[in-house]
Amino acid sequence: MTNVINFIVAAVLSGTPLLFATTGEILTQRSGNLNLGVEGMIWLGAFAGFYTAYKTENPVLAVLAAFGLAAFGALIYAFLTVTMKANQNVTGLTLTTFGIGLSLVMGYAMIDSAGGAPKVSSELRASLAPADIPFLSDIPYVGKLLFQYNPLVYLGIAVAALSAVYLYRTRTGLNVRAVGENPSSADAAGINVTAAKYINILIGGGICGIGGAYMSLVTANGSWQPAGIVNGNGWIAVALVIFVSWNPAKAILGSFIFGAFNSLTNYIPASVVEIPKAFYQMLPFVLTTVVLIITSIRKSRENSQPAGCGINYFREER
Amino acid sequence: MADEIFAIELKGITKTFGSVVANDNIHLTVKHGEILALLGENGSGKTTLMNMLSGIYHPDGGSITVRGNEVFINSPKDAFALGIGMIHQHFKLVDVLSASENIVMGTRAQKRQGKAALSAEITEISRKFGLQIDPGKKIYNMSVSEKQTVEILKVLYRGADILILDEPTAVLTPQETEKLFSILRRMKAEGCAVIIITHKLNEVLAISDRVTILRKGKSVGTVATVETDAKKLTELMVGRPVELLIDRPDTSKAPSLLEVVHLTVKNEEGYDALRDVAFDLAGGEILGVAGVAGSGQKELCEAIAGLAKIEKGAILFNKESIAGKTPAEIIKSGISMSFIPEDRLGMGLVASMDITHNMLLKSYKTGKPFILDRKPARALAEHLVKRLAINTPDIGTPVRQLSGGNVQKVLLGREIESNPSLLITAYPVRGLDINSSYTIYDLLNEQKRKGVGILFIGEDLDVLLELCDRIMVLCHGEVTGIVEAKKATKEQIGLMMAGERQRGEVGNSA
Amino acid sequence: MPEHTITTKNAAREQAVRIVKRKELNTWKAVLLRAAAFVLALAAGGIFILMMGSNPLEAYAIIVKGAFVGSVRNPLSSIQATVIIAVPLLIVSLGLAFAFKMKFWNIGAEGQMIAGAIFASYFALRHSGMPHVLLLLTMFAAGAAGGGLWGLIPALFKVRFGTNETLFTLMLNYIALYFIKYLESGPWQGTKGFASIAQFDLNARLPNIGGIHAGWIVALMLVVLTYLYLNHSKHGYEISVVGESQATARYAGMNVRRIILRTMFISGAVCGIAGMIQVSGIDYTLSMGITGGVGFKGITVAWLAQLNPFVIAGITGIFSILEKGSGVLQSELGINAAMTGVLEGIILFFFLGCEFFIRYSFVFRKRRAKSS
Repeated sequence: MTNVINFIVAAVLSGTPLLFATTGEILTQRSGNLNLGVEGMIWLGAFAGFYTAYKTENPVLAVLAAFGLAAFGALIYAFLTVTMKANQNVTGLTLTTFGIGLSLVMGYAMIDSAGGAPKVSSELRASLAPADIPFLSDIPYVGKLLFQYNPLVYLGIAVAALSAVYLYRTRTGLNVRAVGENPSSADAAGINVTAAKYINILIGGGICGIGGAYMSLVTANGSWQPAGIVNGNGWIAVALVIFVSWNPAKAILGSFIFGAFNSLTNYIPASVVEIPKAFYQMLPFVLTTVVLIITSIRKSRENSQPAGCGINYFREER
Repeated sequence: MADEIFAIELKGITKTFGSVVANDNIHLTVKHGEILALLGENGSGKTTLMNMLSGIYHPDGGSITVRGNEVFINSPKDAFALGIGMIHQHFKLVDVLSASENIVMGTRAQKRQGKAALSAEITEISRKFGLQIDPGKKIYNMSVSEKQTVEILKVLYRGADILILDEPTAVLTPQETEKLFSILRRMKAEGCAVIIITHKLNEVLAISDRVTILRKGKSVGTVATVETDAKKLTELMVGRPVELLIDRPDTSKAPSLLEVVHLTVKNEEGYDALRDVAFDLAGGEILGVAGVAGSGQKELCEAIAGLAKIEKGAILFNKESIAGKTPAEIIKSGISMSFIPEDRLGMGLVASMDITHNMLLKSYKTGKPFILDRKPARALAEHLVKRLAINTPDIGTPVRQLSGGNVQKVLLGREIESNPSLLITAYPVRGLDINSSYTIYDLLNEQKRKGVGILFIGEDLDVLLELCDRIMVLCHGEVTGIVEAKKATKEQIGLMMAGERQRGEVGNSA
Repeated sequence: MPEHTITTKNAAREQAVRIVKRKELNTWKAVLLRAAAFVLALAAGGIFILMMGSNPLEAYAIIVKGAFVGSVRNPLSSIQATVIIAVPLLIVSLGLAFAFKMKFWNIGAEGQMIAGAIFASYFALRHSGMPHVLLLLTMFAAGAAGGGLWGLIPALFKVRFGTNETLFTLMLNYIALYFIKYLESGPWQGTKGFASIAQFDLNARLPNIGGIHAGWIVALMLVVLTYLYLNHSKHGYEISVVGESQATARYAGMNVRRIILRTMFISGAVCGIAGMIQVSGIDYTLSMGITGGVGFKGITVAWLAQLNPFVIAGITGIFSILEKGSGVLQSELGINAAMTGVLEGIILFFFLGCEFFIRYSFVFRKRRAKSS
């Protein structure tokens, strides 16, 4: 039983950065823009979060900095695609290249000036340690399952839940969904298409960045080694967005499922079934492809990518 | 009253697109509590004019006055702020959302108004005007009439009391049209100002208080509906009969080149674009097709060319059915189609390619395998440029840069070069100047003398009456009459276009 | 009430500037705009280099030098290294040109390259006894087949069900990638206990011509072949028409489905060839890192070059010089090689922005006379 609980906990921890990235990208795509720069924004957030934590020892500032730098990357993307109407795929991929490069360069500069591998102070790491809520955390089994996570996990769940409320239960969220599905109809209804896109792309990008901060501060346990840690999780997030049908509430469970795949090999005894680790890592993408195929066969509109993605809206004069 | 304040007053409105003058110094007024019909043929500038009221276009000259104040309408939002609501011909709805979501999107959310209260509010408004709506239904599950209701509610919810409807009955059945009219009468009673854009005379007479007629971008007059009738309106709309002196050679006819029986074709939205259409066409004859835009002309062309599915009925070419044949096979058998859509570049041409490459579209498969031989196409292009006086800066210019009717010349020229036995041409002289138009007529007559059967879909009734041997009129997807051009009159055709049926259709065996 | 009073409540000011689509821009103007973008990008990159504490002019000079000037022992070594970097990128970009011309958004070049590499590696590892030339030809064909198959799958689903090709091809990248991982630790494991695939037998490696593996000849041939196919063949014409409008293609009697499937097969096949060359000419083995992100980079190159094979070659050259040259920055100026990514990103951002000025122009508010 403890094994099962440990497994679930590992899944949650592994899935939390995915949750941030997925929620962020959902917001972006919901406004009608496909941003393939998720990986780049995660890297940017990873650096900004690490550096700020290293220098200021303030976890809140670290998260904000991660949000900020990633949002800056998203701003470049937004400006190019929304205002300058550049090709969304190419711009997004460029953001990935740029984000990774910038993060690495600044990372090396940081290592240089620190005279070696910088490590975040133990006080800061302690602030991101598993929670110890009086009474709740001590409940046998359930305590570990629900109440012993680090604060960023709860933050991630909260952000995803809030995003779902925003999209499905507020007027602004409705307007955004209209923009993402059919910008010309939204425009005719008086919605400011440009503003909606900018706001959601920036906020979405920033949230991806928080996922990056999680990776450098929690997953890497406060040491700067991004290559081994970020490691393509941005692309898994892009898959996850499809898998959960662009719904942030579903993303909560979805990211923990995908996180589980990462940890599965450590928990399934070899005697039960011998499946190569590679297939577990392949599984998220295979499942996503299956979902993609099924939704296109059933022509399920509500579960498809917002129809405006990939198209740059321009209120044409004849 | 001399200084009565109008809901809308347009003074001297002018709008140009490149070299085309869409609106030329137009004056128009609408009062509160009245329904004004804006009548005119295709290309007369009706929609352009109204798009300036809804904030989609900006006038190049003139002024717009709303409730006595001169305004600039820069965007749909400005239009809404002024109380103007436009219901477009092509609906601006988001399919995946529900009716109430589409209605309220873009407006400020009312504090503490839950979903139930919102539905109640919408239902209340719809009841006030006699509309029927299911607020939770998704748009993609709705019929066209229901979608239109949502569009109307959208503007009413925003407090619009000046409503503009663009061809609202184009997609409705007669019963739905009646329902719409009773709604419009309710609105009028509530003090709204309503502008309805239409070409349908019977509707104008049924619903409007006044009519403003546009022709070729200019306003030809405004009359009170009670003081006019279909005949007078037709005359204003199409102008006096003009002597065009188009040649009409007498040729021997080869009967039964094309026979169409019981043809029914559905359009994209799933209802009948053509219903039970029957006619025949002989070789060496020009059969004109008249009708307001959207009466099924496009679907007729596509059905014969193999691009649209035949729901019911049959099309026989040289006594052989073409149902189920691929477009390639149909082209090979000698049927050639050139269709000039409203935006001129559409199906028949590749906008980004030059004339030479557009010549290749039908003929590229001939010649050596694999290798694309541009030489014959280039020779053809140069030949056509000279022969048809196509105005192009360079032989390599993309066709989307060609001005005006040069595009038609390219298209028709190419079709004729493939030596078809049946030539379908739709709106070949749309937007062309006089000389170019005559060149086209001569080309068509030349083919006629060769024994080619020509199906000519056109807008200009004068041209149809002089060029064609017989004229078939389509209205709402049905044939309302086939007459001999020599004996028919413009009013006769105008009435048939509006739906009046002609007794005794003229066929080829007669 | 006086006429024409503009009340601030209901009236809006006419916009000062509006954006309008251009009809067409003079080719020279377009080239100048792009050149200006490149210069501005270099300036922006230079500012960044300055902020990192180095002299930008020195840095750029080192980059160019690093790409061309070799060591004393082998003066050609740098150029050779630059070419080696360029070959896979060039081939993949060419492969993508086929798909993009048809407006089929193939984001799966990575996966197609990997699939080609896997198919080719099969023969290298299991049939290395074959005669040398025959083996290489078989690997070549296998590479094309593997990549072609990987490109065909999303095309089938798009044609049949309308499945989004951008997302599908993207997913296939990772499925292919992790399949290599499976092979590494499983059936193709080289040394027991290590998750890696054995090095290829000498027989399965591409020969060197002019000091570089023969792949460069294949690449140059492909430039010419791609140009001829896209611009001078009937198939190429069909691709252009389908890309512009499927309705027009149907009107002309073309079999749109067949064209889409055939073209995506070719697109994937070319990328698969790049994979084969990478494993048999450069890495001499199969591993998860064989693509080096070339599949994604190729998308940008193809797009920037507007699908012209010769311009693709040129842009590939520029990026290869940048990449090779940046490797030297570390030793000479202490700037990390990751700077390549930053500079590339900045250059691309500027080019993307420049496209806007080519496609659109501004319309200024005219002074209008008051109506009478």
